[in-house]
Amino acid sequence: MRFGVRGVFCISVLFFHSGKKRISLLGRICSSLAPRKKEQPMPQYELRCRECGKSWGNQPRSICDDCFSPLEVSYDYDQLRSQVTRERIALGPPSMWRYSGLLPLPENFQPSLPTGFTPLFRAPHLAEQLGAKNLYIKNDAVCLPTLSFKDRVVAVALAQAREFGFEVVSCSSTGNLANSVAAQAARNGFRSWIFVPADLEPAKIIGTQVFGARLVRISGSYDQVNRLCSQIADEHQWGFVNVNLRPYYAEGSKTVGFEIAEQLGWRLPDNVVVPMAGGSLITKIKKAFDELITLGLVDAKPVRFFGAQATGCSPISTAVKAGNAEIDPQKPATVARSLAIGNPADGHYAIKTIKANGGWAEDVSDPGIVESIQLLAQTEGIFTETAGGVTVGCARKLYRQDRILPDETTVLCITGNGLKTTDVLAGKYAAEEPIPPKIAEFDKYLERTLDIDLPEAVEA
Amino acid sequence: MTITVQIPTPLRRLTSGSARVTCAAANLDELFSALDQQFPDLKPHLRDEAGQMRRFLNVYVNEEDIRFLGGNAYVFRDGDEVLLVPSIAGG
Repeated sequence: MRFGVRGVFCISVLFFHSGKKRISLLGRICSSLAPRKKEQPMPQYELRCRECGKSWGNQPRSICDDCFSPLEVSYDYDQLRSQVTRERIALGPPSMWRYSGLLPLPENFQPSLPTGFTPLFRAPHLAEQLGAKNLYIKNDAVCLPTLSFKDRVVAVALAQAREFGFEVVSCSSTGNLANSVAAQAARNGFRSWIFVPADLEPAKIIGTQVFGARLVRISGSYDQVNRLCSQIADEHQWGFVNVNLRPYYAEGSKTVGFEIAEQLGWRLPDNVVVPMAGGSLITKIKKAFDELITLGLVDAKPVRFFGAQATGCSPISTAVKAGNAEIDPQKPATVARSLAIGNPADGHYAIKTIKANGGWAEDVSDPGIVESIQLLAQTEGIFTETAGGVTVGCARKLYRQDRILPDETTVLCITGNGLKTTDVLAGKYAAEEPIPPKIAEFDKYLERTLDIDLPEAVEA
Repeated sequence: MTITVQIPTPLRRLTSGSARVTCAAANLDELFSALDQQFPDLKPHLRDEAGQMRRFLNVYVNEEDIRFLGGNAYVFRDGDEVLLVPSIAGG
């Protein structure tokens, strides 16, 4: 019996029996039947503890048993140097898979979707509003298949989920991850179990269920969902993309950085503004830039990283502003629910990334987030979700504070699509009374709404 | 105060396989000391070289993060359930 089938067996038994004794018994059953790893040649990557450096090979695990610190994928860069070149990347597909050599992918992995390689373009009209001259948007609001940068991380996580023999994949999510796991699970033939806070935006709930995922709503904050999932993963050993597959999953975020560099003509920007929830993305964009420098694909440059949060959930920006190396957890209260993580696991590393080259972190109020969504839409024709509003709103502050200077090449990371969070714009645009389909009525409408007198129509 | 501590799977090899441990402790410091005494091999996994709680270890009391309850200043009540959980990434 393969692992995923056992995972479902465990759940179905759980539904018929209640009580802690039953649950712990199930945990033992599942634990004793851990997935088998396929035989394969020694890969060019492996898991290492970020703190003590202990090597853990390749396996579904995210924590070092020795010091409880997170694991990260490390690579043999000497070996990669001869294999990863600009020319070889250029021959690759127009998707994140053109950077496969710098991702932890199983031998002979065949991607099923052209995820990533989203547009990077100048934003002159927004730049004018922000007092900038050299501003770019990296637009993951159009990432495939579910319109957020989470598609990148899930694509890598599921590649490893298949390699480790899981048939059921799972996650805790603030919404975008839920959508992406559900969609890519359907595409790749996994069953999916998704855990979300109960107050998630309706579009993100429907946008998960439509793929046939089992959606479990938890009456609590994301941080409580996350804690519960770490306990479930501990007992059941499912393929949780952001728990036991997390080190591989997080590497997918690097492709945002690779693409920025390549799309700028193989050079690094001066500044990057990145929204922060758990704090992983900003650290992985830096890792991507560092890898490109190590491999000689771009000239070295001290890129400044700017983190963006909602004021109602700002543990990382608060720590940066206070000069602290660690975050204090917060209870989130913001419309930016995709960023509502009060206890960011990568907060420590996000702070280090920001401080490395003189970056900064800012936060923006809920009304500021909504105004920024509207500003981006009206200046550049991009409808972003609340996280994008956070990025734009914080960028505006950073320009005003002269932390980012107008001539510097600056990239704003827009990570999600506004069609998922239309609820925050409720009441912003009144629904007008319909008018009859007659030209005279339209003339009256113009006079009424624009407060002008139209000239009489001239008869031919 | 008698409290129950749930031990996560990776650390059970250090608690003779016990998933739940009962301790008498008034606060977090006392709890860690009690665990140190009962399971000496566990100590380096919970505290760093300076004796501070490991950065990526989260402690929950009755499912609430202990930092919201006052952290070290929180006084355990009889029957409190303590969870030791590693930090987990966002979503």
